[in-house]
Amino acid sequence: MTKTGRTFFLRPQDMIGIAILAILLLVVLPLTLDNFRLQFVGKYLTYAFVALGLVLCWGYAGILSLGQGVFFGLGGYCMAMFLKLEASSVENTKIQTTPGIPDFMDWNQITQLPWFWEPFHHLGFTIIAVLVVPAIFAFVVGFAMFKRRVGGVYFAIITQALAAILTILIVGQQGYTGGINGITDLRTLNGWDIRTDSAKTILYFVCVGLLLASILLAYFVKSSKLGRILVAMRDKEDRVRFSGYDVSNFKVFVFCLAASLSAIGGAMFTLQVGFMSPSFVGIVPSIEMVIYTAVGGRLSILGAIYGTLLVNWAKTSFSESFPELWLFGLGGLFIAVVLTFPNGIAGLYQTYVAPRLGPLFGGAAKRSDATPPAPPSSGHAPAAAE
Amino acid sequence: MNTPVITDTMNKDFVLAVEGLTVSFDGFKAVNDLSFYVDENEIRVIIGPNGAGKTTVLDLICGRTKATTGSIKFKDQELTRMKEHEIVRAGVGRKFQNPSIYEDLTVFENLEISYPKGRSVVGALTFRRDAPVKERVQEIAEMIFLADQLDQRAEYLSHGQKQWLEIGMLLIQDPELLMLDEPVAGMSVSERKKTAELLHTIIKNRSVIVIEHDMKFVEDIAHKVTVLHQGKILSEGPMAKVQADPKVIEVYLGH
Repeated sequence: MTKTGRTFFLRPQDMIGIAILAILLLVVLPLTLDNFRLQFVGKYLTYAFVALGLVLCWGYAGILSLGQGVFFGLGGYCMAMFLKLEASSVENTKIQTTPGIPDFMDWNQITQLPWFWEPFHHLGFTIIAVLVVPAIFAFVVGFAMFKRRVGGVYFAIITQALAAILTILIVGQQGYTGGINGITDLRTLNGWDIRTDSAKTILYFVCVGLLLASILLAYFVKSSKLGRILVAMRDKEDRVRFSGYDVSNFKVFVFCLAASLSAIGGAMFTLQVGFMSPSFVGIVPSIEMVIYTAVGGRLSILGAIYGTLLVNWAKTSFSESFPELWLFGLGGLFIAVVLTFPNGIAGLYQTYVAPRLGPLFGGAAKRSDATPPAPPSSGHAPAAAE
Repeated sequence: MNTPVITDTMNKDFVLAVEGLTVSFDGFKAVNDLSFYVDENEIRVIIGPNGAGKTTVLDLICGRTKATTGSIKFKDQELTRMKEHEIVRAGVGRKFQNPSIYEDLTVFENLEISYPKGRSVVGALTFRRDAPVKERVQEIAEMIFLADQLDQRAEYLSHGQKQWLEIGMLLIQDPELLMLDEPVAGMSVSERKKTAELLHTIIKNRSVIVIEHDMKFVEDIAHKVTVLHQGKILSEGPMAKVQADPKVIEVYLGH
């Protein structure tokens, strides 16, 4: 899995961390949780892809995006379009006025499949689209903004506006998108019924596998010179520019990477949960995803994963008993994290737990360079804002 | 945007030719019709009272500020039309007034990022920390007195060491034109001495523009001095001539 010898890709403590997470997700949780609960974890893990992207984009590069739901949604919708077409075969839809098109189109008096739905008959195209469509969208947005040196709070606000715009667009274009209900009643993936318990368990493991692969990718990026340039940019953007780098290209890259990661999460969400709707695209889910990252620790790849699991677990258990209070709780949690431990759970771990564990792993505690600490945090917009 | 081209045959030998340079911020001309030329291997010091436009001149040359009119030619390339990173790649290095280093990274990493290789996105992803990189970083670190601090995080360096580190980050780029904005400001006496020594070794084989207030230091290193006042040249020439200029004494050297 990893190269041996003096490699800068993964340090021993990273490998231990990834191994512990892998054992937890692949062995401990499947053995201890019933199917119903395990499916919840699978759903939470799809958000972890977004959190992972935010660690790179926000934690390392200092680019706060409040619109990651857009990319999660684009990935999810791409997958949902494929599944919906498969579920809308002529036999399945023969009671419709126009058989062979998705039911919601029929209800909206659309008699022909729109051109942009056509390619989603093919699984191969769909998988590529899941990764590429959000990246292209992120590229256009990122290129337009970063070349003009829009950053910090302004960037965050614009991404938030994008989340709102896309939601309105999806809801408004009911005939093409399924509107507010989203794309529902998804059944099979190339003939394989995704609604059964066994399918859901398999999808859970696929999701974990993809997440672990994404984590390795994130570590690779972090440990490359590009990772250090991102940190340098967050700190002294001008110095990077005057060292001969085109700063905007690096920002566009990391923004696109975060978008693609989020989209994988979205596609896995559609597969595991069985539908996709605009409620995962808008402002509220986008901000929630930032909160997962903040709670877990925006400078820690693994921290963000645990943060996502923990906040979602709390959300599920709390909102079962106090549905009205949950959003206040979430808001309070975010404020508390920003004010009291800006580096999240991972920061607490590194300050209090890691030094004690150090002797066990023979020097693993020497983490001075493990995660570059945050710039003095005031609010949630990091230093690169200036 | 372009003024009538004043190019004549004489600017062929200059590393840097600034002609008719003007920048105005909301009508205020911070630099006003400025022309000066820097020779190969020349050390030029720019002095002048606060607000004279010294730092703005460096900002204009390195592309941080866009000129309103005028031309800046660096080895026959028009810098006013280039982006910052292109200017750097053409061979112009700039040190900022306040030490501008990456506090979250180690001294080694600071120098490594400045190493002129792997400057594209793909290049940075595939960049290897190979022997030539390590050797060059080591070599520069020894020059800037930081060889035993390579693994230290830059935020823990003293003010003087941070200034040296930034100078080192420029040296590793090996620029043909080096611009230093107050390199000894805020340094202790011993650090100042070491810096002067450092500057004497690094100015070989390149042209240097220095902004400095410390007159002893200026006297020590300058080949030629340009005195700026209200965005214009007040006087220019060898140190002795400038020091004797009554206009300079009145507005700057004083008393």
